[in-house]
Amino acid sequence: MEGFIHQIISGIATGGIYASVALALVMIYQATHHVNFAQGEMATFSTYIALTLINFGLPYWVAFVGSFAISFVVGVIIERLLMRPVANAPVLTSVGVFVGLLLIVNSVTGWFFDYTIKQFPSPFPDKSLFGGFVSGHELGSTAVTLVVLLSVYLFFRHTRLGLAMRAAAFNPVSSRLVGVRVGWMLALGWGLAAAIGSVAGCMVAPVVFLDPNMMSGILLYAFAGALLGGIDSPLGAVLGGFMVGVIENLGGAYVVGTELKLTLALVIIISVLTLKPSGLMGRKVYSRV
Amino acid sequence: MRTSWLIAVFVVLLAVVPTARFSGYHLFQMTMVVVYAVAILGLAILTGINGQISLGHGAFYAIGAYTTAILMNSWDVPYWLTLPISALVCAGVGFLVGLPALRLGGLYLALTTFALAVAIPQILKHKLFEDWTGGVQGLVIDKPDAPFGLPLNTDQWLYLFTLGVAVVLYIFAINLTSGRIGRAMRAVRDHAVAAEAMGINLAMLKTRTFAVSAMYTGVAGSLGAIAVAFVAPDSFSVFLSITFFVGLVAGGAASIGGTIVGAVFIEFVPNLADKVSKAAPGAVYGVILIAMMFLMPQGAGGFLHGLWRRVVRLGGK
Repeated sequence: MEGFIHQIISGIATGGIYASVALALVMIYQATHHVNFAQGEMATFSTYIALTLINFGLPYWVAFVGSFAISFVVGVIIERLLMRPVANAPVLTSVGVFVGLLLIVNSVTGWFFDYTIKQFPSPFPDKSLFGGFVSGHELGSTAVTLVVLLSVYLFFRHTRLGLAMRAAAFNPVSSRLVGVRVGWMLALGWGLAAAIGSVAGCMVAPVVFLDPNMMSGILLYAFAGALLGGIDSPLGAVLGGFMVGVIENLGGAYVVGTELKLTLALVIIISVLTLKPSGLMGRKVYSRV
Repeated sequence: MRTSWLIAVFVVLLAVVPTARFSGYHLFQMTMVVVYAVAILGLAILTGINGQISLGHGAFYAIGAYTTAILMNSWDVPYWLTLPISALVCAGVGFLVGLPALRLGGLYLALTTFALAVAIPQILKHKLFEDWTGGVQGLVIDKPDAPFGLPLNTDQWLYLFTLGVAVVLYIFAINLTSGRIGRAMRAVRDHAVAAEAMGINLAMLKTRTFAVSAMYTGVAGSLGAIAVAFVAPDSFSVFLSITFFVGLVAGGAASIGGTIVGAVFIEFVPNLADKVSKAAPGAVYGVILIAMMFLMPQGAGGFLHGLWRRVVRLGGK
């Protein structure tokens, strides 16, 4: 029983990471109907930036915020430079651009920061709490992800800018008519998604260690989480991310073993898409033919 | 009529010149170009002509390669006999993967196949199949010698054998895609609803296209396994699938001839770029992908085709 509870708790902790990446995916999907295959690599790149800042001698949280800000700017630049021209292109084109972006970010990361596996510090105390059920990092990273998710929610719900961004995603033409600068709103959305990715990267790196391919598996779980919750629902994506974290941990411990964890993500993706394509909280989409 | 003669001459030259002139390693590279061309051809039938985007064709390549390796290793099946078996296996798997793919529109199919590509090395490594697959170590198979006492060494024979299989597969593919079924595939890609209204059975066409596509890439995997004489799970990572996709886009998604350009590209460009840095091949791929999408969305094949048409029009004036 204790093992079971422990699995669930650490599932929630990793689920928080998936939830953040899933939220980043959904934000971009909602605004542009593109799935960002490069989201994971971008997050890895941000994590390396944080590590570089720490190695410069900055305190952890300053580096954390610095990486957050730099990722935001990089995200905005990528949207302006690469994504704007293909906004209305066929799916094959956008998939091609995203895969290209994935390859470029991955190689740039390997080029700048080397392919060796690196350790990444955790800002939280390294001791177990509550009778050994939770490690300090698990609790801390869950708290950080929850704070980030909550602030994203408050930002979208209660600020003018958040409202404008939601409007731009929901109905670009009408928003433009009432004076929202739709292009910039999409770019901001990209920046925010990249910044959320940086948080996820910094929180997961102490657990899995840092190398240029760190996020490829995590991206897969985030896909699964986003689809499970409904790819057009931010709240659903967050819940889906947490659920996938728990399912992955329990499945890995009791059902399939650790070697097939990625296959579990594949199974989740396929079953959601075939059985309930809109996900748990997504809207069904009807279209005229 | 004239062009088909030209193509026949081209194929004969392609068979004779490298066999007679090239050294072992360069011949091996040529063999791999042919193998990749067939793999990309499979992808082109599915993605370019039928419009179903797959980022996971490395998985079918892996299944084909492992089918051949296991048959040769565990059952001592002769190498040439493994090809039809591997074709059947891959077509079956492709058909099964095609069933859920029916319900997935473009982007979701790309996502699912991407997940398949990420997961496949893990499945190959799993202990359940370790007796057959050799686990992480993989399997070593013997390179075949030339039959009937032909005066060729292993590399030469392997190149000719691969080329022969590829020529047959290309002829099939050209016939398939230029006839009634090919028109149906394109119609489904361009407007699925209109195609259905014209009496095309969408489900049947899409799943069967998936099966044919998987069969092509699977046979390429078998040929590749025989040429390399070794299979291991980590050579079939997600990067392989992405490489095929890059080759497809570089050659031009819907162009049969473009697949050869794509294959040459993915065989030689990484070799050249590798000399600059370890990170360079990925970066070059990425830059090329994005540049192609922005500048030549039809790929090299489409670009050359357009150029050719312009030349013909100028000549006609």
